[in-house]
Formats: sequence, C-alpha cells, structure tokens
Amino acid sequence: MSKLVLRRVDRNNEEMLINFGPQHPSTHGVLNFLVETDGEVMKRAIPDIGYLHRSLEKIGEMVGYPGYMPYTDRIDYLAAMFANEGYAIAVEKLIKVEVPKRAQYLRAISCELNRIASHLVSVGTMATDIGAVTPLVYALREREIINDLLEALCGARLTYNYHRIGGVAFDMPAGWQEKVIAYLDRFDSSVQEWDRLISFNEIYKKRLGGVAVVSREQAIDYGLSGPNLRGSGVDWDLRRDAPYGAYPDFQFDVPVGRGWAGKVGDCFDRYYVRVLEMAQSSRIVRQALEKMPEGEITAKVPRKVKPEAGEVQSRIESARGEMAYYVVSDGTERAHRVRARTGSYMAMGIIEDVSPGLMVADLVALIASLDVVAPETDR
Amino acid sequence: MTTIEIHQKLQEAFGDAVGPLGQPKVDPFAVVKGDRIVEICAWLKKTPGIEIDFLQDLTAVDWPKRNVIEVVYHLFSFPHRHGIVLKVELDRANPVVHTVEGVWKAANWLEREVYDLFGVVFTGHPDLRRVMLPDDWVGHPLRKDYQEAGGFHGIPNLRENPLVELRRIDLVRIAEHQKANPPPPPPPPAPPPAAAPAAGTPPAPSTPPAAPKA
Amino acid sequence: MAQRDTMDAEMGGDVVFAHTSQLDKIINLARANSLHYLLFGLACCGIELMQFGGPRADADRFGAVFRATPRQADFMIVAGTLTYKMAERLKLLYDQMAEPKYVISMGSCANCGGLFQLAYSVCKGVDKVVPVDVYVPGCPPRPEALTEGLLRLQDLIMRERWKDKRRPPRLAGGQA
Repeated sequence: MSKLVLRRVDRNNEEMLINFGPQHPSTHGVLNFLVETDGEVMKRAIPDIGYLHRSLEKIGEMVGYPGYMPYTDRIDYLAAMFANEGYAIAVEKLIKVEVPKRAQYLRAISCELNRIASHLVSVGTMATDIGAVTPLVYALREREIINDLLEALCGARLTYNYHRIGGVAFDMPAGWQEKVIAYLDRFDSSVQEWDRLISFNEIYKKRLGGVAVVSREQAIDYGLSGPNLRGSGVDWDLRRDAPYGAYPDFQFDVPVGRGWAGKVGDCFDRYYVRVLEMAQSSRIVRQALEKMPEGEITAKVPRKVKPEAGEVQSRIESARGEMAYYVVSDGTERAHRVRARTGSYMAMGIIEDVSPGLMVADLVALIASLDVVAPETDR
Repeated sequence: MTTIEIHQKLQEAFGDAVGPLGQPKVDPFAVVKGDRIVEICAWLKKTPGIEIDFLQDLTAVDWPKRNVIEVVYHLFSFPHRHGIVLKVELDRANPVVHTVEGVWKAANWLEREVYDLFGVVFTGHPDLRRVMLPDDWVGHPLRKDYQEAGGFHGIPNLRENPLVELRRIDLVRIAEHQKANPPPPPPPPAPPPAAAPAAGTPPAPSTPPAAPKA
Repeated sequence: MAQRDTMDAEMGGDVVFAHTSQLDKIINLARANSLHYLLFGLACCGIELMQFGGPRADADRFGAVFRATPRQADFMIVAGTLTYKMAERLKLLYDQMAEPKYVISMGSCANCGGLFQLAYSVCKGVDKVVPVDVYVPGCPPRPEALTEGLLRLQDLIMRERWKDKRRPPRLAGGQA
C-alpha cells in the first residue's frame, strides 16, 4: 500500500480512510479493503489481497502430476471438487486419456453436490453479512448433510481429493444412491423454505435491489464469470455451451438475472441466480443417478505420468465462475507451469470500479454477492 | 470461426508481426511481436465477425533455457464462441510489454499478478503494484531461478525437525538416568581394549552398558 | 510468607488470602465455561470453524461464543494457513487481546506449515509468531476435533492457579 498516493484528509468535510479487514467477519476470508469515504458514502474501496497467497502455482512445478491433486483442493476449499476436476481434465488432455463414462457421471454428481454446498455457504453468509444471522444456521444445517454424503463417498468433508487423473478414486458405497435421493427430496422443499424465509422477504429485496449494479458490458469487460456473469444478464454456462464430461447428457436450465428486485445485475440478481442454480444442480444429480452407467471408474493411467511437451487449458464451470487450468509440460514428470484462472480473482478486480458512490454497508453486500473467497483470489 | 481462420485473418492484417500457429497436437497458439500486441488485441476486439470481447486469462511462463518469459493471452468471444491463444516473448533480463488494459479491463488485475510473480513490467498500466506479496518482498517467486530469502521480517522460514528435538530430550533423559544411577563400579584391574571404540559411539544406550563380553 | 498460597500482592493490595485453592476453583470454573473465541478463520479450517459454531457441533454448549473483536476475546483459534503477510496482522491482533489469553492452533498448516512446506510465502507454524497452548491436528480437523481442543483448553484453565498465572510484564513488576 505504500505506493498508493492518498489525498490529504481535510478537516472541513467528513472524509475518512478506513481499513476494512483483513481480519473482519464479513470479508469471507482474509481480504483487506482500504476504504476512502465521505461520511457514509464511499469514494472508492481499494482491495488488498494476498493474505492467503500459498504459492500453489509454484508447488505445482515442484511436485509430480498426480501429487498435485491434493493441492488443488486448497485452491478453492468451498468447492474443491471443481478444482480437482479442472486439473484432472487438463492433465487428461495432455496425456490423451479417455475417462470412463461411469467416472464422468460420478464427477458430475460430486461436483453438483459440491455446488449446492458452496452456494449454501454463499447465500447463507450473504444474509449474515447484511444483518440476518439466522439463515446461515439453516444453510449450515443443509450443508452438514452434503458434507456427510461426500464424506461417505470420498472420506473427507472439505478437501476431497476425490478425482484422479483418468477417473475418480472410489465408487459409490452401497446405499448411497438412496440417501442422496432422499436428501434431494428434502432439499427441494428447503429451497422453497429458503425463498419464503429470505429471498422474497421485502426487507431483503429492498436492501439488495438496485445496489452495486454491474452492467452486461462491464461484466464481460472485467472478465466476470459464472453466477456473477449470469446475474448481469449474460446467458452463458460452460456446462451447456462448451460441455465437458457428462454434462451433454443432462437437461437443465441456466438461470439468468432478470432484475427481480430492481435492475439487472444488482446484488439481488447475483444472489438469486445462485438460489436457482441450487435447484438446477439438484436436477442434474437426480438425472445422473438415474442414468448411471455400469463400468470402470478409472482409465488406465501409467503410475508415472509423463506427458510429452506441450500446453493445454481446461475450462470448467466452477461454483465461483470459470475455473481454467493452464498446464505447460516440458516432457518431464513435473509440470513446467501450472496456472489456475479463478472466478474470484476476476471478481475482485471489479470492486474498485463499482464501489464509488456506494454506502459503506453496501460494500459488504457487494463482496458477498460477488462471492469472493480468499483462497481463490490468492492461491 | 475456427482458430485457424482467425489466425489467417490476423496474418492478413498484420503480416509478419504474427508468427505461425503452433503445432496442433495440443492447444495451438501464435507468437506475436511484443510491440504490436495492443494493436492486435484492439483489432481482434473491434473487427466484425471476430469480436473477441473476453480476456479469459493472462499469464506468463518462464523459460530460462531459451532466456525468454512468455506472456500468454487466452482470448475468447461470447457472441461467436471462438477463441485464440496469443503469446509474446520477452527478454528475461528486461521484460517489458505494453499493457492491454485499455482493450479489456480484466487485464488490470491479471497484469498486476504477472508483474508481482514474474517481474514483467507493463508500460502504461494505471496501477502497477504488487498484488499477492507484501510491498517490500524481494524477488519474483514464479521465476525458475528464484531463491527464497529465508524468512520475512524476522520470522524464520525453517522449522526444526521434531525428531531432532526428541533426540535431544532423549539424551537429556539418558544423562539424568545415568546421574541418578551412578555407573557400576568400574572394574579396576584390566579394562579390555576392545571396549574403548564401543563407548565412543554417540547414541548412548539408556541402560548402563552391560558388559558385552561373550 | 513465601511458602503460603497468597493472592498476588500487587493485585490484592494488602489483602492476603491464607488459603485460596477453593477460590482458584471458582475463578477457573467461571473462566473455563465462558470462553469467547476470536474469529480467526484464515483458510480451509475457517469453514470447519464455522461448522464448529454451527448447529451440529454447537460450541455454545461449552460456553464458547465467537467474538469479532480481539478485545472481548479470551482465546484465539488460528484456523488455517498463516502466510508471512498475515503473520504480522496476527501478532497485532494477539497483542490487542486482554490477558489471560490463549491460542489454539487448528490444522496442520497452523501447527507446522503442513502441506505447504515447499511454499515460499507460508509461515511454518503459528508458534513462530505467538505462543500456542493447544494444537489440533488434521487437514482440516473435523469440528469434533476442535471441540476436543476446546475441552483440552478448559482442562488447562482448570489447572491454573491464580498466583502463578501469566501476567503482562508491567504487572509482574517489570518495566512498562
């Protein structure tokens, strides 16, 4: 921050410089904002990130291809399945391995369950951040069951390390299918409960409607992706438009922001797109369980993965937008470069330009609605 | 439009500033001249039929053997659903390229990251500061020849091996044990000469050495 | 005099308690059962820290409630990877907490750097920066494991005696 030139604070007006974070309950991990305000109105908010920069890209160059899989979990711990999947797809492209159909279905199921879990945290903490504490407890209650289901599948609650290069690690345990269906039946009704409890609560709509509008052009220009992009009215979903894995086999809708509580691209649109996406994820999981093919769960992959020199990029639709792994191989057992493009990092870039004119309390709503998490921004 | 078609149009418009498309065995890319990257990007964004409006990713790769840092641009178009990968090769000693922040705003933060981790300077960038690491960090860690400074602001970056500490505790206990139980009365008359090297080995057994005479 | 259990002379003035073991017990009971923790979720463990306060693990049962400010917190759960950039902030927050204060280090990264031994930007253990009382292993530890850590901390507090409690150097007679 030392190079930032800050204007002198004048005693005649109410200009202040507030340090917001990095340890702050509503910053979703360790983020820091330098907020320049005039009374309650912000002049600008300058994000300062890197408090969770864990050198994951450098570690990718130091460990072998299969050995990097647990580290990808830590790129996005709220939605670790996607980070696994993106890296697995990139290396599979590099060594030209075809993933068995059953493994692709298992990947889709695990990812969509994880998407529900991630969005639950997102919408729950969003409610908490703007003052409604109770909904988070409801969200965590639902999330705990998904954690249990995924734990039964792969043995971990948070950092799954479930996908492998060429497939997945474990098959479904006996009786898991019925448990998932039973949970989804309950979950579908709890989405309606959520709508009644908070989404169409008049206070909530007024609080978020028309706040921090990101226009369609702005969203594309700043490279937003995922629910943030769709909240701004861009009808784009990699699962449908550039399908990978098993997604061409499923029917689902892509919810797009329509200005439910004011303008297209405001905080409420970004929030409600996530709520609708949870219902769609539930639909995908049901279809996948129904159509689940028999067969192998891993392709034959040599123990020492040693791709020929080349580079590849895999793009997947993570819970926080487009996650793209760019892997460069130089023909050895270790990657020459691993790069993860994440949705949260791009979303951080827009905050400085959207923030002028917002109230200080709306900054929290903006951060929560963009759903930035620290590990994705910092890696 | 496929990548090959976009590349052909680029070559028609810019001649030899755009290199040949890389081998199509994996994702193909084209190397372009660094001093014309902004022109090329602006052209790609404006030209009807191409209209690449989305800077999907911007990153760098360090190649010490070729003495080159590559800056990689992953470009994509939402209306036409096509994309291309461009690369700019820079000298490792003095990597400078003009920013494309004027074309896509997304480049602002992506270029800051590349500056932070690779030390590539983007001229014309509005806010070129470190983004991940502290301002007073020395070096650019994603370069291949980066050496760790050994801690930061007095915090060491090494952690002692717990086994070393356990061994130290063991030795202390052994010493205490030997102090509490005084060694057996030394056999005064004739110490066997073979016992001397055995006593000199560092890991002393916890029990007082029994006479190993067979 | 030196042999007897006494209240700290500087704290209690002239009053001398001849026998304080029962008083210790009362004080410790009160303190151990209303531990407020400072939210310090740094990384993956921070999510499990959220679940720790959530409906199932329910830290409220043991009197542990989260506090957003260090000045009202009794102990700090350092949950997650500590980077060098954050380590200085951690020290700052720790210094702002009132004595007596405790630290639980949650997860492998906080204990020793864990998975990130190869990383150039990760501090290899919270104990390089602040003193740690309880280490909770795991990557990330389950909320139940953190509950166990909390119980261990309560044990630690129950064994404490008022007269040999940690004090800031100013009160212990050192220079300010």
